[in-house]
Amino acid sequence: MADTSATDLSYVRTEMEPDAPRPRHDTGIVGWLRQNLFSSWTNTLLTLLGAWVIWIVVPPLIQFALIDAVWTGENRQACTTIAQGGVLPDGWFGACWPYVGDYFAQFVYGRYPFDARWRVDIVFVLFAIGLIPMLIPSAPFKRENIIYMAVIFPVAALLLLTGGHFYYGDFGPTDLLLESLRNSEWVQHNLGAEFLATVRSVQLFLAKDVQIGDALRLNHGFLADFALVTVVASLLASAWALSTGSSVVGMLRVIAITMGGIAVLLLVLAYDFGLSHVETDVWGGLLVTLVIAVTGIAASLPLGILLALGRRSNMPIVRAVCVAFIEFWRGVPLITVLFMSSVMLPLFLPEGVTFDKLLRALIGVALFSAAYMAEVVRGGLQAISKGQYEGADAVGLTYWQKTRLIILPQALTLVIPGIVNTFIGLFKDTTLVLIIGLFDFLGQMQSSFTDPTWASPVQATTAYLFAAIVYWVFCFAMSRYSIFTERRLSTGHKH
Amino acid sequence: MGKTILPIVAGAALGLTVSVASAATLDEVKARGELVCGVSQGLPGFSNPDAQGNWSGIDVDVCRAIAAAIFGDDSKVSYTPLSAKERFTALQSGEVDLLSRNTTWTMSRDSELGLNFAGVNYYDGQGFMVRKDLGVSSALELGGAAVCTNTGTTTELNVADYFRANNMEYEVVAFEKADEVVAAYDAGRCDVFTTDASGLYAQRLKLANPGEHMVLPEIISKEPLGPAVRQGDDQWLDIVKWTLNALVNAEEMGITSANVEEMKGSGDPAIARLLGVEGSFGEAIGLDNDWAVKAIAAVGNYSEMFERNVGPDTDLGIQRGLNALWKDGGILYAPPVR
Amino acid sequence: MAVQDAGVPRLAGGGSGFSVLNDQRVRGVLFQVLLVIGVVSFAWWLISNTAANLRDQGIEFGFGILWNTAGFSINQTLIEYQENSTYGRVYIVGLLNTLLVAALGVVLATVLGFIVGIARLSNNWIIARAATVYIEVLRNLPLLLQIFIWYFAVLRLLPAKREALDMGPFGLLNIAGWYAPSPVLGEGFWLVVVALLLAILGCFAISSWARKRLAATGQPFPVFLASVGLIVAALVVSLILVALIWGKPLTLEYPTLGNFGPRGGARLFPELMGLLLALSTYTASFIAEIVRAGILAVSKGQTEASYSLGLRSGPTLRLVIIPQAMRVIIPPLTSQYLNLTKNSSLAVAIAYPDLVSVFAGTALNQTGRAVEFILITMATYLMISLITSLFMNWYNARMALVER
Repeated sequence: MADTSATDLSYVRTEMEPDAPRPRHDTGIVGWLRQNLFSSWTNTLLTLLGAWVIWIVVPPLIQFALIDAVWTGENRQACTTIAQGGVLPDGWFGACWPYVGDYFAQFVYGRYPFDARWRVDIVFVLFAIGLIPMLIPSAPFKRENIIYMAVIFPVAALLLLTGGHFYYGDFGPTDLLLESLRNSEWVQHNLGAEFLATVRSVQLFLAKDVQIGDALRLNHGFLADFALVTVVASLLASAWALSTGSSVVGMLRVIAITMGGIAVLLLVLAYDFGLSHVETDVWGGLLVTLVIAVTGIAASLPLGILLALGRRSNMPIVRAVCVAFIEFWRGVPLITVLFMSSVMLPLFLPEGVTFDKLLRALIGVALFSAAYMAEVVRGGLQAISKGQYEGADAVGLTYWQKTRLIILPQALTLVIPGIVNTFIGLFKDTTLVLIIGLFDFLGQMQSSFTDPTWASPVQATTAYLFAAIVYWVFCFAMSRYSIFTERRLSTGHKH
Repeated sequence: MGKTILPIVAGAALGLTVSVASAATLDEVKARGELVCGVSQGLPGFSNPDAQGNWSGIDVDVCRAIAAAIFGDDSKVSYTPLSAKERFTALQSGEVDLLSRNTTWTMSRDSELGLNFAGVNYYDGQGFMVRKDLGVSSALELGGAAVCTNTGTTTELNVADYFRANNMEYEVVAFEKADEVVAAYDAGRCDVFTTDASGLYAQRLKLANPGEHMVLPEIISKEPLGPAVRQGDDQWLDIVKWTLNALVNAEEMGITSANVEEMKGSGDPAIARLLGVEGSFGEAIGLDNDWAVKAIAAVGNYSEMFERNVGPDTDLGIQRGLNALWKDGGILYAPPVR
Repeated sequence: MAVQDAGVPRLAGGGSGFSVLNDQRVRGVLFQVLLVIGVVSFAWWLISNTAANLRDQGIEFGFGILWNTAGFSINQTLIEYQENSTYGRVYIVGLLNTLLVAALGVVLATVLGFIVGIARLSNNWIIARAATVYIEVLRNLPLLLQIFIWYFAVLRLLPAKREALDMGPFGLLNIAGWYAPSPVLGEGFWLVVVALLLAILGCFAISSWARKRLAATGQPFPVFLASVGLIVAALVVSLILVALIWGKPLTLEYPTLGNFGPRGGARLFPELMGLLLALSTYTASFIAEIVRAGILAVSKGQTEASYSLGLRSGPTLRLVIIPQAMRVIIPPLTSQYLNLTKNSSLAVAIAYPDLVSVFAGTALNQTGRAVEFILITMATYLMISLITSLFMNWYNARMALVER
């Protein structure tokens, strides 16, 4: 009587039961909380610990920076309690933002003259114009961009910031030559007094200046020295070309281009564009921070590349010199380097020759970061596979062709994140210059503490909070960029 | 001959290579067209820049007087702020022509550091500042106190001597920068802040509540502050020394910046000699004979300089005290121009 | 090398068709000779300039100055120092203070760095986030700023000098430092020390025995618990013994508030506290990233295999992951330790008497002898760096051997 048709087995389900909803405690906010915060009792304990840490750090900070903060005011009265001579109730503790507002311009420009601050602004804009497209990997005109950043921008920045119109004294060789000619006994015996007098008058002539138009003044001695150096360099280059059998004309062309380039650069810097002269003593604030960081990185990159190549060279002496240089600078703290440049460097130079204080610090910073940069670049060189070196050798490239065309382009691309990280480190380290009496962003801030107009117990805390925010924004943005390039490179380079 | 050397092309290109000195500082200063003066990094009353970067103070006035004596123009000075650490190297290396930076004249500095002091422009002494609520009325009650001071100054050595001599325990907290010393004292890290008495008055202005602090009566050291020059250039030393003396002599003779021109007609031979009407004392030190006139016209006599920068009518409010003329009970005494 | 001749036009006649200058080896030698000449003459130029400058100023170069009396006082000294001590002693005091802050900083930074690094990988959302924020904030702020914040802003929140936060058994805390109770050793305390030493020896014995037993029988032994037990037992027994025989083995001297702040007890200076806090929290943020990278470098399979063997997450981390991660961690960790040591020179900004502060700072200022003092200071840091590197290379080599 029972129908045994297979389709009729009533105890076999013919359609799927719909999925049961996930348990309530596993979905939505509750589920997320359970999974991420309260999955076990240790986890719960950790959560509570974390919440406690956040509780003791964040609310007081917000209380200080925003809720209790003073936003307007004219002087210290606005930011002090009644007992301290101000208007606020006793026990008040909050940030004093009007003080930062009052000093903001000084934090950016230092004591740079008011009527010349537009020049600093232009430099900032020029820098941004060059930097932004350089940071975007897909932006076109990379080569032009690099030339702009490496040549045009530095010259323009130097002109604008200092005012240009530099004067160059002679740097020695011609005068030294004439002086030794005059002192030589042979000359004194054989050529007579008249010749000596001629030499003397040449010397006197060389000490004079020539005025070209209204805006250019050059020293004869300097011109003579420059010509002398060019001639000697050309002779050496020709001799080298002849003895190795390479092209004399080619060599001379290189010399001509180099010296011509330098000459143009020097002339531009010597030209009086009518900008007032601004001593580096009055530079300060963010301006000095950026000048030191950017110059440091720009100077350390080429030096670092040379050192890294030297360290991997198979010439033992070159390698030893590079290793010694790198390890020396990496082994000492930056602050001793800065002390050295501020109190020892003047003694290293011939008597009477001195450097501007900022330039001295720049030299110290550049040498110091060159050593770190060398290690970063070395990492990139090591990461290039051996086949690349051998391939370049096989097609007959010389060492410099190989390095320039094959190795460095690959190695430097690989180490962009490392370079950015070095720059972050350098940017943070620029604060140390305040210890040797330069006014960087933090130093300028500290120097404002001595102004009785805003002196109050919260002044330093406010300033440090503000400095922290500014430094953090800069460094965090750069570190994000470094991570971005790292990701981009790692996808492109999967082996 | 004075040779100009630009050490490296990079330096030249950066254009930041500044002064070039040689044996004859005066010639170099004249050739450069300005005097490079080493000053402090900011000490009200002595050398302090305002928001526009104009320097003022009694040390700055010495620089201005010398620039005026040389060029007849007291604005031809470039000020180089120096820390206590840098100041002597800066002078030694020729970075500055003159160090006018509240520097104490001591024997070891004079003899060992290759420099010469040209005189004293402010007689100072080291003092102590404490909080009033500490209830201390004499430095001898400071046993066990923490003392904030600057490193590398005579101050630090004096305080060590004083506490040792009086058999008192103490703890020293020594900072590199004056601002940090003040900040630490203001924060209550130290019970005592010590520096030159003039400095105490100047720094008190920077405290959050100047009224809560007092300067103790004891002066524990001699601190003759004065300008210093490099050793080995006697002419330059003479210029600085006699410009300073001229300012003091001017006060003694009643010459001020206002009446200096009419005083030229005075019959007093001493005044005539000082102002270059008689004799050729200016030429003897390589300047014009009316060097003193120019200096006095620029900064006034010593009294004017004092009253303008640190005197009772300024924020510092310091009495003349030791720095009065010898005739008025002080110890200011300049050799005669003769 | 092989390929230089192909495109080079040879000069006809005179037999000078091929120049030795085209030989790479000759060029190498020539270049190196020029380099040596350049470096040596540059060094000679610097030295002769310096010598001439010093001579002009009547300063005689030499290290005899180190035996002159310093005349100033230093607040924190690990060895005896008085105002009439020499500059040489100032150097030692400064060096010891540098080493002190570096050693304490390394320990604190390592502990904190490992905690934060592991926390960042935690499954707990809030802990991982907090660790990330910690790292991103501290890494991206200049250390000097952090030192200022700790010293001038955070420590300033402490009570003034004549008041103090009473922390009971931990002593007093105020802006002038932490005054901990200092132990005063009673008679017979040597017995406790001896007992402690014996207990430590015992611990070594237990651990080596346990290892042998594990190898032989596979039975683990709770070495850690046993060691702690042994040490505690030795301490308690010896203390009771001493108390019975001689009376109080140890008394604590508590600091008391005086007119110029707390007196007595052992004192931790606020300069050291500020510097230590700043250095260790800053360096910890870098160590945390190194630890994280090291742990991530260990393949996930290791964790899974360990779990499948039945180990819990704690032992997995301790016995499987960390030992493997250490190989990746150690080299960058070394450079962080060196950075911390070098960064301790920022002490000069907050008056902690380290080497740079008292020697290249105060002593240099007092004497004006820049060349000697800066040279000595740099050489010292260089030595510390080299010694640390050598030691860590040796340690690294040992760790690497375990792999094979």
